[in-house]
Amino acid sequence: MAEIKRHDNRLGLWGWLGGGRWGLERYAYILHRVTGLGILLYFLIHIFVTNLRFRGIYLWVEGSFFDKPIFKVGEYLVFVAFAYHALNGIRLVLVELGVAVGKPIEPVYPYKTSLTVQRPLLIVMMLLAAIVVAAGGYEFLGLTR
Amino acid sequence: MRETRYWTWHMAAGVVIFFLLGLHMLIMHTGGITGWFSPNGGSAVSKANSLARDRMLFFTVTYILLLGTALYHGLYGLRTILFELTLKPAVEKAISLILLIVGLGLFGLGTWAAVGTHALALAGGRG
Repeated sequence: MAEIKRHDNRLGLWGWLGGGRWGLERYAYILHRVTGLGILLYFLIHIFVTNLRFRGIYLWVEGSFFDKPIFKVGEYLVFVAFAYHALNGIRLVLVELGVAVGKPIEPVYPYKTSLTVQRPLLIVMMLLAAIVVAAGGYEFLGLTR
Repeated sequence: MRETRYWTWHMAAGVVIFFLLGLHMLIMHTGGITGWFSPNGGSAVSKANSLARDRMLFFTVTYILLLGTALYHGLYGLRTILFELTLKPAVEKAISLILLIVGLGLFGLGTWAAVGTHALALAGGRG
């Protein structure tokens, strides 16, 4: 089996944290990773917390440990991270499958970038994420009660 | 080739999570608007509504499916980020093994609790 050629990532963490002069999609990529790591951390804690209900312990109900404003705000931030990560993730899957990237063209000067073809998809997904975030915020602020 | 397969599973798991976690989030965070799966009214996360969902087999099955796909998606994503730091092959192997053990352990724990809570909720709940 062919070995994958390794290239040294000399920039380390800064290599993916710093967007430099790259386009909007590069920053979407950084945010995708940051939100992913945040959601993973929450998810691992969430497994333990929700498992406690097997022992009859409900830490999230009214008057219990997690029923505090700081945790409510934190939970809403996780919801916002989810909305972004999920919709940007669907965009990434579509782009990976070749959807909305345009047809391949001859590389004739002045070169055209495919990013402008992909940009509408990013905008649509971010608008959808904003709608989901607003709906969650409506509930979070207690406007449905 | 193996990494390509893992990456394909990572994407496929993401699509499954999109629907399952999407439903979970809609129930938990927009319950006041939708009122879905909260038969006792009020907050979606109240004890009565949590017990009502635990009684439904649909939730037990989807919780386990979501647990498995989310653990794979999340831990594989973390592994990808760590591997970009150009680690030594032995360190990469150790990370893969640790993440595999953590993933399987948490999947076992979560499945055990989901099945147990379903049985308990059917028997009338606890606490």
